[in-house]
Amino acid sequence: MTRVLSVRDASKHYPGGVTALDRVSLDIDAGELVAIVGPSGSGKSTLLSIMGTLDRPTSGTVELAGHDVAALSDRRLSALRGRWLGFVFQQFHLTDGLSAVENVSTGLLYAGVPRRERRAKAVAALERVGLGHRITHLPHQLSGGEKQRVAIARAIVNEPALLLADEPTGALDTANGRAVLDLFHRLHAEGSTIALITHDRDIAAQLPRKVEVRDGKIVSDRTGVQVR
Amino acid sequence: MNDDVKPVRLALPDVLSLGTIGLRTRRMRAVLSALGIAVGIATMVAVTAIPESNERALMNELAALGPNLLQVNAADNPEQDFGLPAESVDMVSRIGPVTSVTAVANTHTVVRRSDLTDPRDGSGLAVLASRPDLLETLESTMYSGHFLDRAGGAVPTVVLGSVAASRLGIPSVPSDAPPPQILIGKSWFAVVGILATTPLSPEIDRSVLVGWEAAQTSLGFDGRPTVIYLRARESAIESVRAVLPATVHPQEPSRVRVTLPSDALFAKRATEQTFSVLFVGLAMVALLVGGIGVANTMVISVLERRSEIGLRRALGANRGQIRIQFLTESVALSALGGGAGTAIGVAGTAVYAIANDLPVVVPALAVAGSLGGALVVGVIAGVYPSIRAARLQPTVALASA
Ligand SMILES: Nc1ncnc2c1ncn2[C@@H]1O[C@H](COP(=O)(O)OP(=O)(O)OP(=O)(O)O)[C@@H](O)[C@H]1O
Ligand SMILES: [Mg+2]
Repeated sequence: MTRVLSVRDASKHYPGGVTALDRVSLDIDAGELVAIVGPSGSGKSTLLSIMGTLDRPTSGTVELAGHDVAALSDRRLSALRGRWLGFVFQQFHLTDGLSAVENVSTGLLYAGVPRRERRAKAVAALERVGLGHRITHLPHQLSGGEKQRVAIARAIVNEPALLLADEPTGALDTANGRAVLDLFHRLHAEGSTIALITHDRDIAAQLPRKVEVRDGKIVSDRTGVQVR
Repeated sequence: MNDDVKPVRLALPDVLSLGTIGLRTRRMRAVLSALGIAVGIATMVAVTAIPESNERALMNELAALGPNLLQVNAADNPEQDFGLPAESVDMVSRIGPVTSVTAVANTHTVVRRSDLTDPRDGSGLAVLASRPDLLETLESTMYSGHFLDRAGGAVPTVVLGSVAASRLGIPSVPSDAPPPQILIGKSWFAVVGILATTPLSPEIDRSVLVGWEAAQTSLGFDGRPTVIYLRARESAIESVRAVLPATVHPQEPSRVRVTLPSDALFAKRATEQTFSVLFVGLAMVALLVGGIGVANTMVISVLERRSEIGLRRALGANRGQIRIQFLTESVALSALGGGAGTAIGVAGTAVYAIANDLPVVVPALAVAGSLGGALVVGVIAGVYPSIRAARLQPTVALASA
């Protein structure tokens, strides 16, 4: 198995004595689908942002694709992030005024994909998430579920080695949440490596690997049988 | 270098399209915040173009009259009978760049409408002996009748300047009736023509012109010119001017005064320029206020778009790329204002010029300078907001849940 990400003894302290993460270690291999669960304030988002190199740990190391993140300049780390990682957030973060395909193309811009290749790739990614018929729609013309699928298309358009999602179903109703979750399962089946945060125990129970966080520590990391 | 971490450079079209997202998606705000710059630039263009149009009108006027006309006077009070040497006209004609030369001489005689008027009352008119080529050198035309002809008839002839004609009550010269006659000294002269107004030599307008030889025979004129008019190639006007006193009067060059009659017309330009300095100052203030407006809009825009910035960082944008995006947006806003302001300024100048019957002149330098100024304002206004945007933590996209 190829190691995609490796977090070693990572701690994150915030000013004012908050310890959001306390000596956490976590490895993710290519092809995994990992659920990160835990109560509110347990440090899930903090862990995700450290995994995603959006933040640097106060102590400990993060290795992404064999690079020690701490040793990289902003320019290099950003390039690495753009090429290797994809992000999906609870609040889709689509740019108003840009069409679905333009929003998805943004996922290629910072990875250095030439302009003329972007549109075709973005259209393909939209088709992959089942939105081939919504290419020129603007965000306000899309439903919540469709917006999140556009955001997922933007995250996968550059074939990231690791897809990170922070409560991707959190802002959706049950049916839309289910559809988005099915999409993650399908992407995983097609070979994507995915780590997703969820509050929902039922969702977590369906995923092959479940990491439980509490008070900034990983309290369990179980690889179970996929119940589907 | 490992390709994974090789920094990505954005191509120029990408930077431009990133930098105009804010403008394209928030149009009303873009228009309003560019307005200040537009007002500043419009003022700037108008205050430089309007005086320029005025000046062009003046230059056209001068070109029509001839900015290459020089006038040589005896420096002394004309009441003292100081004439220039008789050969001076020929001497002047030998100066290389001189294209034509002529002269008049004050005969110090009195002109009257008839022998019934007071012999001391000359109506403020001078009687000048004129060389036959006066008309050509002054590039003047006849208003009525014809100029002095060499072949004198039974009665010697005169031509009147425009003011002299009206003072003497001779509005025009009839072509089918015998010419009106006037009395100069003790002799009668037939009026054969009236000159059109000569703006560069108003003294000609107020004079009665007698032929050079006729003046010598009938008025006892000594043949010494008092005023020489000459035209020279425009490029050589200053050097001709410099050698004239010594050419005209080698013995006493300091008694000779050389003037460029078109100089007088330039005098009014000075007042217009002090006027425009005030407005350039106002335009600068407007531009400054416009720049502050753009900076303010940009700061707000950065605050509002925190999550967009976080998202872009998550997608792989580095700090420099965020900075250039917002800097470009600021410059684009200013450029929008600059472009609109230039259009408004040009339109305003055109309206003013057409209303005042002036040629429309928009100096390219003023337009380029104004647009350049707008861009500089955009850069300055964008520096702080774009640095703030680039300093935002990448985690803001996660945090603003
Ligand atoms: N920027 C920050 N400054 C200070 N404290 C922070 C900051 N971000 C997070 N924390 C604290 O760190 C802890 C972990 O926060 P985190 O956002 O990782 O929780 P979470 O597990 O994602 O919670 P939720 O399920 O509600 O999203 C919390 O106690 C939070 O208050
Ligand atoms: Mg969270």
